[in-house]
Amino acid sequence: MRKRRIIPGVDAKLLIKDATNLMPDASRRGFLRGAASLGALTFLTGCDIIDGETAEGVLRKISEFNDGAQAALFSHTKLAPTYPESAITKPFPFNAYYDEDEAPEVDGKTYKLEVAGLVENKKPWTLDELYALPEVSQITRHICVEGWSAIGSWQGTQLSEFLKRVGADMRAKYVWFKCAEGYTNTIDMPTALHPQTQMTFKFANRTLPRAYGYPMKIRMPTKLGFKNPKYVVAMEVTNIDKGGYWEDKGYNWFSGL
Amino acid sequence: MTTDTLTAVDTVETIHPGWVRICHWINAFAVLVMIGSGWQIYNASPLFDFVFPRQIALGNWLAGALLWHFAAMWVLVNNGIVYVTLGIATGRFRRKLFPIRPNEVVADLKAAVTFKLAHDDLSHYNAVQKLLYSGVILAGVVIVLSGLSIWKPVQLQELTALFGGYDTARYVHFLAMAAIVGFLVVHVALALIVPKSLRAMITGR
Repeated sequence: MRKRRIIPGVDAKLLIKDATNLMPDASRRGFLRGAASLGALTFLTGCDIIDGETAEGVLRKISEFNDGAQAALFSHTKLAPTYPESAITKPFPFNAYYDEDEAPEVDGKTYKLEVAGLVENKKPWTLDELYALPEVSQITRHICVEGWSAIGSWQGTQLSEFLKRVGADMRAKYVWFKCAEGYTNTIDMPTALHPQTQMTFKFANRTLPRAYGYPMKIRMPTKLGFKNPKYVVAMEVTNIDKGGYWEDKGYNWFSGL
Repeated sequence: MTTDTLTAVDTVETIHPGWVRICHWINAFAVLVMIGSGWQIYNASPLFDFVFPRQIALGNWLAGALLWHFAAMWVLVNNGIVYVTLGIATGRFRRKLFPIRPNEVVADLKAAVTFKLAHDDLSHYNAVQKLLYSGVILAGVVIVLSGLSIWKPVQLQELTALFGGYDTARYVHFLAMAAIVGFLVVHVALALIVPKSLRAMITGR
């Protein structure tokens, strides 16, 4: 079951910075505007598609169909291209729906990662315990839903390795993430188990800075940037799709690359 | 009347067979949606020093534009596959669009800008038309392939590499759009100047 709100109520104070430019105010939201092009369409088809809960419903259905198409296209063994260190984008951009100085400040000493849902061991993890997990590294391209891209270097442990250690039910459909500032995100299990899907603790071999998601982000080079949550404080293995911050506002749920 | 004479009558009188007209109008619809939503998507992270006015961009904001874009792409691609397959299989492309001779293009272009180009026989394309119609079909292929390589730069990374990588593929996609829009301006203007050509694309005659 998927929770989707195409025309959502949005917490106004969260709408800062570039998100302000991207997302219109509540009164003007909706996907059917764009007078000239729609006027031409109406002329062509002879029917008025501007008026439309129906049209929005159709678009939503097609987006769900696209989730399925992308899941079918997704290959567990196909790796995202990797790059040399010289290709790393400097400075790597900070990007969120809030300003950098408003990014969450998580206290590493008291931090505990909560693990919930279809797992055998729900014991919370301290940072020291997480840091002791086997480390993998990747230099991959981060691609934003807006179109821009940047190459970064991330170190951490494979999410599949972690899921194995907590005795997760790998047949479950989804993994849900919750972040310190309230951001949420749900991903499909095949992506969670992809070899490059990483619980990231370092950027360019240094402790993950606050701007990039301290103490932990989930790095998935097989998905758009907004599907890569930062400041992750909890994860849940589940068969229920709990949606996510941007997905609920209309971005495609699967958003695979 | 025998079947043969029927066919003969048909080929004489029908300028555009039914499948061409159906594909044309489905394509017109899909292309307008793709361009309008594509402009809105472009505005989220512009490649050049300008953005498209909100009033002519479809989808209201990025998420809406993406929903339109990835819905209309199925219409565009499936219709395009039917059109190109039939165009090749029926021999229509070969008969109508080829050969394109440079000297004829130059001569017809001269005639066109001096308004001396004949439009008596709409079933026959002049050299400029041949060049533009072949060109826009090619631009259509490029825009679909570059679009796929932007949408799926991991799963289809070989295709993305063919376009010079993710960032370059975005420029290719944009330039193919610009070429198609340029075609559309000329195409629509000429259809309005020669209204019987518009009628032929609706009724077939």
